Amino acid sequence: MRTLTRLDKDSQRARQELKDQIQGDGPLACHTVKSSGARQAGQSSIHESAEKHVTGKAAYIDDLKTPSDALHVALGLSPVAHGILTALKLEAVKQAPGVVDVITFHDVPGDTDIGPVFPGDPIFVDQEISYAGQCLFAVAATSLHAARRAVKLASIEIDEQPASLDPVTATQREEFVRPSHVQERGDWQQALRQAPHVIESELFVGGQEHFYLEGQACVVLPTEDEGVIVHTSNQHPSETQKLVAEVLGIPLHAVTVEVRRMGGGFGGKETQASPWACIAAIIARRTGKAIRLRLPRSEDMRVTGKRHPFHNRYKLAIDQQGIIQGGEISVIGDCGYSPDLSDAIVDRAMFHTDNAYSLGDARVVGHRAKTHTASNTAFRGFGGPQGMMIIEAAMDDIARQVGEDPLTIRKRNFYRDGRDTTHYGQHVDQRQLLHTLVETLETDSDYWERRKAIKTFNGVSPIIKKGLALTPVKFGISFTAQHLNQAGALLHIYTDGSVMINHGGTEMGQGLHTKICQVVARELGLSLEQVRITATRTDKVPNTSPTAASSGADLNGMAARDAASKLRERLFDFAASHFTAGLDREGMRLEEGMLVSGSNESEQRIPWGELIQTAYLNRISLSEKGFYATPLIHYNRATGQGRPFYYYAFGAAVSEVSVDMLTGEYQVDRVDILHDVGTSLNPAIDIGQVEGGFIQGMGWLTSEELKWNAKGVLVSDGPATYKIPTFGDLPPIFNVALMEGHPNSMASLYRSKAVGEPPLMLGISVWSALRDALSSLTNYATSPRLDTPATPERVMLAANAIREKTL
Amino acid sequence: MAIIEFLLNGVPKQCTVSPDTSILTLLREHLGATGTKEGCASGDCGACTVAISDLADTPRTYTSANACITPAHQLQGKALVTIEGLAAEGQLHPAQAAMIECHGSQCGFCTPGVVMSLFTLYESPDKDTLSLTPEQLEESLGGNLCRCTGYRPIRDAALQMHTHSYERPSWYNAFLPQASSSNTNIQNSNECFFIQPTSLADLTAARLRFTDARLVAGGTDLWLESTQRLTPLDQLIDVTHVKELLTLEADEFNNQSGWWVGAGVTYTQLEPLLNSHFPAFSQLLQRLGSQQIRNRGTLGGNIANASPIGDTPPVLLALGAWVELANTTGTRCLPLEHFFKGYKQTALAADEILSRIFIPKPSNTHALRVWKLSKRREDDISAVLGAFSYRLEKDTLHDVRIAFGGMDAIPKRALTMEKELESHKITVDIFRAAQAAIVQDFTPMSDVRGSDVYRQQAAANLVERLYLTLSAPDQEVMLHAYAH
Repeated sequence: MRTLTRLDKDSQRARQELKDQIQGDGPLACHTVKSSGARQAGQSSIHESAEKHVTGKAAYIDDLKTPSDALHVALGLSPVAHGILTALKLEAVKQAPGVVDVITFHDVPGDTDIGPVFPGDPIFVDQEISYAGQCLFAVAATSLHAARRAVKLASIEIDEQPASLDPVTATQREEFVRPSHVQERGDWQQALRQAPHVIESELFVGGQEHFYLEGQACVVLPTEDEGVIVHTSNQHPSETQKLVAEVLGIPLHAVTVEVRRMGGGFGGKETQASPWACIAAIIARRTGKAIRLRLPRSEDMRVTGKRHPFHNRYKLAIDQQGIIQGGEISVIGDCGYSPDLSDAIVDRAMFHTDNAYSLGDARVVGHRAKTHTASNTAFRGFGGPQGMMIIEAAMDDIARQVGEDPLTIRKRNFYRDGRDTTHYGQHVDQRQLLHTLVETLETDSDYWERRKAIKTFNGVSPIIKKGLALTPVKFGISFTAQHLNQAGALLHIYTDGSVMINHGGTEMGQGLHTKICQVVARELGLSLEQVRITATRTDKVPNTSPTAASSGADLNGMAARDAASKLRERLFDFAASHFTAGLDREGMRLEEGMLVSGSNESEQRIPWGELIQTAYLNRISLSEKGFYATPLIHYNRATGQGRPFYYYAFGAAVSEVSVDMLTGEYQVDRVDILHDVGTSLNPAIDIGQVEGGFIQGMGWLTSEELKWNAKGVLVSDGPATYKIPTFGDLPPIFNVALMEGHPNSMASLYRSKAVGEPPLMLGISVWSALRDALSSLTNYATSPRLDTPATPERVMLAANAIREKTL
Repeated sequence: MAIIEFLLNGVPKQCTVSPDTSILTLLREHLGATGTKEGCASGDCGACTVAISDLADTPRTYTSANACITPAHQLQGKALVTIEGLAAEGQLHPAQAAMIECHGSQCGFCTPGVVMSLFTLYESPDKDTLSLTPEQLEESLGGNLCRCTGYRPIRDAALQMHTHSYERPSWYNAFLPQASSSNTNIQNSNECFFIQPTSLADLTAARLRFTDARLVAGGTDLWLESTQRLTPLDQLIDVTHVKELLTLEADEFNNQSGWWVGAGVTYTQLEPLLNSHFPAFSQLLQRLGSQQIRNRGTLGGNIANASPIGDTPPVLLALGAWVELANTTGTRCLPLEHFFKGYKQTALAADEILSRIFIPKPSNTHALRVWKLSKRREDDISAVLGAFSYRLEKDTLHDVRIAFGGMDAIPKRALTMEKELESHKITVDIFRAAQAAIVQDFTPMSDVRGSDVYRQQAAANLVERLYLTLSAPDQEVMLHAYAH
């Protein structure tokens, strides 16, 4: 086993405790602090900003006040997808009313490449234009309106070239942003040769616009030395700090990045928030003024990357029972023009082409196609959902082939004893949990009764057809880039006993800050009101990882707990040695705002405020940092084998739909969800993530359609043309529950599980139910291909191809 | 630039605004009130929802609006309520308390807008917050996009508002200090103005005098030119105070009884009439934009805009509506189909305005079917909209009028299809012929809302749906969510 991290003296006790939990044999080694007896470890505390949200007091970037001479920045964007910039004449822009500064590629003092992991993302176009919406120049003016109007005065000459927009063609031409990768286990070719049936198909899976309600925004203030302070709506402040320092050519300690909250992130502010901070920082240093930059919605949608569209194929060997023996799956991620995070995203797609099913002897290939669109990026699920789609398509196809219910086929293929290792070599723990979860949901949702009723209904209803599907989720938790699985926290106790916690994670609505406050309150035996969290800042907790991969609470919660438990132990040591009453160090605890020692008659209590005051007067440090690194995980890219995930989170959803086969319109009539979060840290917040994730996943696969014109210009560039789910899309019956009584088998934060991304993939059940309804048109003999998003257009065209017409 | 006077959360304000200043700009940039958020600046997301009330109304009623596309000038003499006002006197409004209790906010950015929509719902005199129907909730909240929650906790908050007590703050009954006139004719120069004529005579005179000026009513489309394309809107003639444009009266015209609807009548104001006489049209309205848009957008705007995908023109074409055009010398009337000349081109002369629309009263045996197809059921623009109007007598179709939106450069009647069906018995053959007529009547295009192939097939399937509706009336051929 890997060492957790280098042990330092102060935290030895805490680390030892953690180590015991991981190495202990029992299913659940002791918690450091017992929960208050409730079934769930955590309480359903309200979001720490809830009252500020509903009164309009919660401040987002564009709400921040700046000095009256602050400048506003607008961007000049490429109107074409591919070409060479031959002339950029900006005289008229510079002369325009209110304009103070105009910058291009040549005005960047330091590095011009702001690729987050691999190079390839120029801050401004130098010569080659790689997508429509790429940044050519920036204008700073006394108002945003003046800046935006000045941008329109630019004279741009481009030698336009044909744009490559099809990822499959790009793959054939081997136009990749990163090399392809293979995961292979067993003799998959033999499996295909020997199987009774071989079944194959393909699927196009559409991308998705993040549509965070708060668009990309930052405010940058120059400091008195060579640096800047950056306020940004951002999931990865440390990366922005690094990139801003690099474009300015200054050390990282001259740049401070602060994030109080985001108006939504969903992955869209992991790498895509940095360019604007870099541009604003350059102008802040040039002009000495505070700089405000926010992207109007349509520009935001054109310049930033999205969820990767994928083109996936499978060729699977199945036995008479429909159980997969092996085969080959290939996934092509449409990465856009640059690597960005695509290497890890396509990897995650590959890691999830099995979803909850054993692929047997299988080979999975992942390609990273380069096209002339914005560089596609992280989005809740990070490639996982796109990878899962192909095996869920296969499950439905296999069911029709062998004439069984899709649920039967899914269950037959679940990981089970003897079929418990993934195609990348990880052993699937908690297999039984998946079986139990699905069986519970099957019963609670009356799956089989409803299946019968639906068949009867469809038999007599020629136009309206109902569909039903249960789809599971098994999602791997950890960053697949190993070094990102670390986190820090900083805890202060002030002399009045009030507590301040900071950590490396960012709040984007997911309730991370609330959970962290709950962790600290619990470790210190305080009420939530006594613990406050403030903005995430790179000068408080350095070198942080992005708040991504569902890891926010897992990593930062552990770090906060580390800090709190270290401080607690220090206070115990102090109390035992200081208070003359002779407090018993053994069994000392913090609860309900008191330090308590002994029990029954010997019990002694010291109020928290008194404890802290006394500790301060006795010169005990009341500040502590915490740190955490996830143990055990490793992955060898050379062999395509390893244990990339600390654990898996599970869930399942049953969706029932009604489809109008004449128009392709449909409605989701009922949804039942059972989701595994281990021992919940905050059931209300977790339910919120499950419901919100499901609806977002449903939107991705149904109404959210990205469209580019033939020249590669995004035409779905606003909410008028890009339709995320709205109030009426909420299923009228929506039963959502958290799986209880199944703590995480791994030593995670109070045995909880990550919840940010996994529920998004529950939305696949809606798509599968639509296919089920379509399949009824052929009496379930075939399963029509249904690319996504399954808009009414796609559903109608699929139905029209197979249905019996009245006229 | 002009000075407007209005109440902001009960406090009198005097603000200097230019013609193209939106309420959102006024709030965020001039007044520093940043509780109201900009999510899209196109009236589609609802993050900037505010509530507006007429000071003359007793009790005061509030209508929601998207601040991003509502002209600040139209606040003159009105009461504006924003998120900052609700909890003014130390207590949360029930909308706010319920949202907290139900975990209705996650990132919180859409929340002020959601709360304002809940506020107008709570204050609505015709809705009982104790027994809200799913339709009412959808109507009130369909215009507020939330990307985080999936809406369930917001629905719960709406249903639980009534459990929270609330003492109305004193500002509810505040008035402007002096009797401000409800409209202004402030005009600094001939280059830059926002005028608010009160009579048709003044309006047509202004139209004649300022040939470059744009007409504005709800601003739900016009304002996008300012926020999205940065087109200067320096010269605006506001029609919302022209009394002749606000009327809705039963009348005779062209030997038909019917209703004259002023071009400035909003969708919300039109609802009761449509509800009583054209239920299918009324159902369509529930899917036209959002509550915020329906409160502001006008029937005249939807027609004069001449978009091929406007929702009401195909229905009005099928109903045989007429339009009345006015200039300083008088008025002329023409059938609606003669109004649309080409893509976004109309029969309006430079000095004319669209003043009224005549909707003939349907006979007792008349039937109207309106079917709108879009990616999303609520608050989406049509890919295809088919409107079918006819009388059915002894299995024979009479007075068939059919029109489609989204199938051509203009909203257009399906003349060949009408001929195929007119005075024919309902048979498979004549409906097949009607389907075949689509290619003669229409040349649809491919765009962001759908492909030409889809539009062709969808239109044909709507004809099939009509056949099924007529030949097998007991069969379910529509989803409940779409049929209400």
